Amino acid sequence: MSASPIDRAAQATPKGLARRIRGLSDRAIAWLFVGPSIVLLLAVNIFPLIWTINLSFTNFKANRLREAKFIGLRNYERILTDTDTWNSMQATAHFLFWTIFFQVLIGFTLAYLINKKFKGNDMWTTIIVLPMMLSPAVVGNFWTFLYQPQIGLFNYVIEFFTGVDSSSFSMIGDVNLAPWSIVIVDTWMWTPFVMLICLAGLRSIPDSIYEAAECDRASKWRQFWTLTIPMALPFLMLAVLFRGIENFKMFDLVVQLTGGGPGSLTTLTSIDLKREAFEKWRTGYASAYAVILFVTVFGLASIYVKALNKVKER
Amino acid sequence: MKASKLLMATALTAATMVAASGASAAGSLTLCWAAWDPANALVELSKSFEAETGTDMSFEFVPWPNFADRMLNELNSNGTLCDLLIGDSQWIGGAAENGNYVKLNDFFAKEGISMDDFIPATVTGYAEWPKGTPNYWALPAYADVVGWTYRRDWFERPELQAEFKGKYGYDLGVPADLAQLKDIAQFFQGREIDGKTVYGAAIYTERGSEGITMGVTNALYNYGFEYGNPKNPYAELDGYVNSDGAVAGLEYYKELYDTATPPGSSNWYMGEDIDAYKSGQVALQMNFAFIWPGVNADPNVGGDRTGYFANPKGPAGQFAQLGGQGISVVANTDNMEGALAYIKWFAQPEVQAQWTAMGGASAMRSVVEAPDFAGKQPYNQAFLDSMAIVKDFWAEPSYASLLLPMQSRIHNYVVAGQGTAKEALDGLVADWTEVFEDEGLR
Repeated sequence: MSASPIDRAAQATPKGLARRIRGLSDRAIAWLFVGPSIVLLLAVNIFPLIWTINLSFTNFKANRLREAKFIGLRNYERILTDTDTWNSMQATAHFLFWTIFFQVLIGFTLAYLINKKFKGNDMWTTIIVLPMMLSPAVVGNFWTFLYQPQIGLFNYVIEFFTGVDSSSFSMIGDVNLAPWSIVIVDTWMWTPFVMLICLAGLRSIPDSIYEAAECDRASKWRQFWTLTIPMALPFLMLAVLFRGIENFKMFDLVVQLTGGGPGSLTTLTSIDLKREAFEKWRTGYASAYAVILFVTVFGLASIYVKALNKVKER
Repeated sequence: MKASKLLMATALTAATMVAASGASAAGSLTLCWAAWDPANALVELSKSFEAETGTDMSFEFVPWPNFADRMLNELNSNGTLCDLLIGDSQWIGGAAENGNYVKLNDFFAKEGISMDDFIPATVTGYAEWPKGTPNYWALPAYADVVGWTYRRDWFERPELQAEFKGKYGYDLGVPADLAQLKDIAQFFQGREIDGKTVYGAAIYTERGSEGITMGVTNALYNYGFEYGNPKNPYAELDGYVNSDGAVAGLEYYKELYDTATPPGSSNWYMGEDIDAYKSGQVALQMNFAFIWPGVNADPNVGGDRTGYFANPKGPAGQFAQLGGQGISVVANTDNMEGALAYIKWFAQPEVQAQWTAMGGASAMRSVVEAPDFAGKQPYNQAFLDSMAIVKDFWAEPSYASLLLPMQSRIHNYVVAGQGTAKEALDGLVADWTEVFEDEGLR
């Protein structure tokens, strides 16, 4: 009879260590293994979170020598009644909704096309994923040139297709266009990411299912809606979750592109929070702001993950 | 045996390295500043300090858009990167009150360095905190101010002069006031010159850091804006920040932006303005005077093709936004003696003269009041005129909290076109009131 893996592991354990471990219960050994991770998690995640919550009830400023004063819920009240905060929430919601909408739409379409076997398939995949390999700061910077009314390629392309004079509109300076300018750049940059996730989903669908559908004389359209979409849905939802969390934190690309302007129209919550925390140094206020954002993202993400699990269970 | 030899060798090497690093730290200094042309000139200038004292100088230069963020974080975190810092004028209050800078009064007295030797506005702007009191936290290092450059070669074209005179009734030339400046900018807006469409003026509109504030104040001051009641600025903002004159100044700046600037100039600051001017896009350029030597030397627009003038007067007077910086000793330095020695060396009149000659901008009176100074460079007279009319933004410890709402309110009105000028300035009063209440100043 051959030795079990556990026996083999026991035999391989150095004698000194085995002697020391022998007296420990399974639970104690489990703690021994997970303990360092828990300590690390407490130190770098949980403690800062508790400290942030604590600071959010004070008027603490990290750059000032004076002591922090407890001010109760004053910071929360000020944030939630501040129209600027709500404007940046609105800007964030606009950015989130439309970037995810376009990225999923275009990303899934591209994945669907790439999934069809054709000549040059791999080359096109590589070309499409290039934007997401660039640094967001670099992307933000060069798109400011592309958006330049006098020399920018983007405006010339619009002029070419629509006949509108290229120097007659400014994507990042116009109140109506600026929110869309950041949506366009983020979509350009991150659609490939969504495409790759969708591609993984599409390639996980066995060919036999489609063959069975063919035998049942199901049309391509019906196959798409009753097989492809439901089976790729968990992947799509995962892509939405990733992009949603990432774009809620969006900072570098937008700062490089618009600086939060014109006015405050593209000042997303992360930009607003950074200015409060590290430019105005209102640490207590910024902590309250961060707590509100954390609760919002955590709450939304929890609901979403539950929905995702339900879809996966189907 | 082998192991013990290896251990000894390692220990010896480590001890040597520690000793060597200690020795180099004792005679080394790091100077922090923005990454721009004058900083390169300072590197050259400092070589004579290195030669004289044997000090090993190193430099940490940060690009302008990140300069404030990087350096204020350094100060606020009690960092040890910089021994000397050439910091923006507005930081002086915070750096003084938070103990980030060394107070230099005793040192100045001991070394015979007198603030009377420097342009008064630069002493107030770059060195004093509280303002108007003889408490010095820096030595004026680089005098700077917002002024204007214009395309003299375009202005001198007879056909344009005739057309302008016919339209506005006065000669095309250096504007006598802000109203004329707007006329001229509008005159050039969208005009075809040498087969190329050009525009009126490149002005500051940047949103992210301090750009639009540094620009709009040149209109606001001259129309009557005040930072509050001069007798008690913290307590009385209403009626000063949002006075009728201030409202008119803000409306003026918006009109200038709407009618006389290149398309797409919604987020422009120093670099973008320089680019627009040097590439022949605009007839006028608002910018800090530090760019003038570069403009003068430019092959496309330099020499006789460009003229320089101070910010024109408005209905309430003639003022210009102060730029520039003082050099301070960072309190956390581990080479206090060396840092003070550098300040002493830098304050010498001959070093200051050399500083200006190499591309710096001395604030020392013996340099700028020298009889031949005004004629030495085509922009020197404009520089002197401008330095005589400077005003600065708040330099309070909470300056960033005061700056950010101004950036937002002004950009919202001027660029995004939201609300009215009165609403923008009323909002600013409310924002600043809240900041001063938080600071316990009201």
